[in-house]
Amino acid sequence: MTIQQLSVFAENRFGTTLSVTEALGKAGIDIRALNVADSEGFGILRMIVDDTEKAKNVLDQEQCITSVAEVLGVYIPDSPGGLSEVLRILADHQVNIEYLYAFIVKSDVNACVVLRVRDNEEVEQILTEAGIKLVSREDIQGL
Amino acid sequence: MGPFYQEEIETASREQILAWQNERLVKQVRNVYDNVEYYRRKMDEKGVKPEDIQSVEDLYKLPFLTKDDLRDAYPYGLMARPLSDCVRIQSTSGTTGRRVVAFYTQHDVDLWEECCARAITAVGGTKEDVCQVCYGYGLFTGGPGLNGGSHKVGCLTLPMSSGNTDRQIQFMIDLQATILCCTPSYAAYLGESIIERGLRDQIRLKAGIFGAEAWTEEMRHDIEQKLGIKAYDIYGLTEISGPGVAFECSAQNGMHINEDHFIAEVIDPATGEVLPEGSKGELVFTSITKEAFPLLRYRTKDICILSREKCSCGRTHVKMTKPLGRSDDMLIVKGVNVFPSQIETVLLQKGLTSNYQIIVDRVNHSDTIEVKVEITPELFSDDMSTLSAREKEIVDALKSMLGIYAKVSIVEPKSIIRSEGKAVRVIDRRNLYKG
Repeated sequence: MTIQQLSVFAENRFGTTLSVTEALGKAGIDIRALNVADSEGFGILRMIVDDTEKAKNVLDQEQCITSVAEVLGVYIPDSPGGLSEVLRILADHQVNIEYLYAFIVKSDVNACVVLRVRDNEEVEQILTEAGIKLVSREDIQGL
Repeated sequence: MGPFYQEEIETASREQILAWQNERLVKQVRNVYDNVEYYRRKMDEKGVKPEDIQSVEDLYKLPFLTKDDLRDAYPYGLMARPLSDCVRIQSTSGTTGRRVVAFYTQHDVDLWEECCARAITAVGGTKEDVCQVCYGYGLFTGGPGLNGGSHKVGCLTLPMSSGNTDRQIQFMIDLQATILCCTPSYAAYLGESIIERGLRDQIRLKAGIFGAEAWTEEMRHDIEQKLGIKAYDIYGLTEISGPGVAFECSAQNGMHINEDHFIAEVIDPATGEVLPEGSKGELVFTSITKEAFPLLRYRTKDICILSREKCSCGRTHVKMTKPLGRSDDMLIVKGVNVFPSQIETVLLQKGLTSNYQIIVDRVNHSDTIEVKVEITPELFSDDMSTLSAREKEIVDALKSMLGIYAKVSIVEPKSIIRSEGKAVRVIDRRNLYKG
C-alpha cells in the first residue's frame, strides 16, 4: 500500500515555490504535505496532494520538471516517542531511509510520516507485521 | 636598445629577414610537398606546384591549414619526418578531434627553446638570473618551452610547474627568483598572496613573462604594481611550436614575431584574402624551419594587427598586437583552450539537451567557467543525492574532456535566455579584448 508523491524541480531564486503553489491552488488542488530539499543551486519540492495526476498535468503545463514516486505513508501515534518506535523497527531490519518528512492530520490522533525507501514492498511488510498502520490513497483523498 | 639573445638575427635588416624567409620557404614547401601526403593532396587540389612558390610573395597561392586538417590528419598525417627522427611531442587538451599533437625533432626543440631564450633575454634575463617557471609542465607547451629557453640563457631555472602557491612563494623568496613565467592570472594571484602574507619586501623579482591567456593593460599595471616588476606578454601555439612564436620587448607595445622561423600573414577570416599591413584580421603562420611538424599557412583564428614600425628596442621583426579576439568560438580559460562544442558533446553523451550556456568570468584574477544545463525529466530525481550524483557525473565528464574544473548548474527548463530563438551559448564576462 503506497501513496504517490509528486516532486518538482525548483531553482533557488525568488518565487519558484510560489509559482508552483499558485498553479496548484488555481487548479483547486489541495497540498497535504510539503517538503523541500535544497542544495546550493536548486531545490526539490516534494508534495503529497489530493489528486496527483491532475497536479502533475497542471505543473507539466507550466513547464515544470516533475516526477511521481511511490512512497510509504505511515501512521504514527501523535505522542512523544511515536516516531522513534517506527524508526527502531526499521533500524532493526537494517532499512535505509532515503528521506522522511512528517505531517499532522487535524482530526486524527495520528501523525503521518512519508517514508522514501528503496524497497516499498519489503518495508511495508516489516511495518505491517509490527502492527504499524499505513496510509492509503483513499486516506489521502479524504484527509 | 636590446638586450638580445641573437642580436644579428633579431636586428637584421628587413632585406635580410626577407632573404631568409624566401630561401627557407621555398625549401620548406618542397619538403612538405615531397614528404607530407596530406598537404601534397591539398596543393594538387588547388593546382599549386612547389615551383610556383619562389618567394614570400607567392605564399598566398598555398592552401590554408586549419584545426580541421589537424583533426583529419591526426595523429601522424602532417609529419614531414619519420617518428624515429622525433624526440618529443607536446599536446593541447581536448578530444581526439580537438586535441593537437605536435612532434619535434631535437632541432625543432632547440629552435623553439631559442625563441623562448630571446623572450627571456628581451625582458633582461641573463645567466645571473633565477627564472621561476610556474607554467604547467608536461604535455602543455608552457612549462617545457620557458624551461628550455631559461636553460639556453643560462638562468638558474626553477621548474616549479603550476599550483601550490605556498611552495611557489617559498622558493621565490629562498632562491631569490628574479624572473617569473606563468599565466597573467596566476601572476596576479601570486602578487596578492605575497602581499597578504606580508612578504612583499622579501621578493627580488624584476620581470615576468606572462602568456597562454588574454590579458588587458589594466591587468598588466595591476601585476606590475603588486609584484614590483615589469610584466611582458608572450605568444605562441602548440601547432606552431609553443610559447615564443612572438614575445614582448622593453617597448611593451606588441610582440615581435620570430620571423626567421615563422612567416606571419593577416587575412580576412571570411574570404581568406591577405590583408595589407596594419589591417585587423586573422593571424596565419607558416613555419619555415620546423622539421617534424611543419605547417604551411596555418590559421590561428586569433585576430590581431601586424606592424613593421621601427621599434625602440632595436628589433626589426614584425610586431603583432595582443590577440584582439577570435574568429571562431574558442575560449581560453585558465590557459586551456575550450570549445563550446566539447561541452556540448559531453552534455549530449550524458543524455542532456543542447540547451546550455557557458559563463566565463574572472574572479580575483582567476578564470572561472560555469555550465548551465536545463533540467530534463531523465536527469531529475526526487532524491537529492541521486540528483547531486548526476550533477557530479557531468562535472567529472567535463573535467576529463576539458582538463579543467567547470561548475555545473542545473537550471529550470526554458530558463536559458534565447535571442531570436537561438540560445546564447557563451557569456564571457572578462572583457579581455577591450583594451
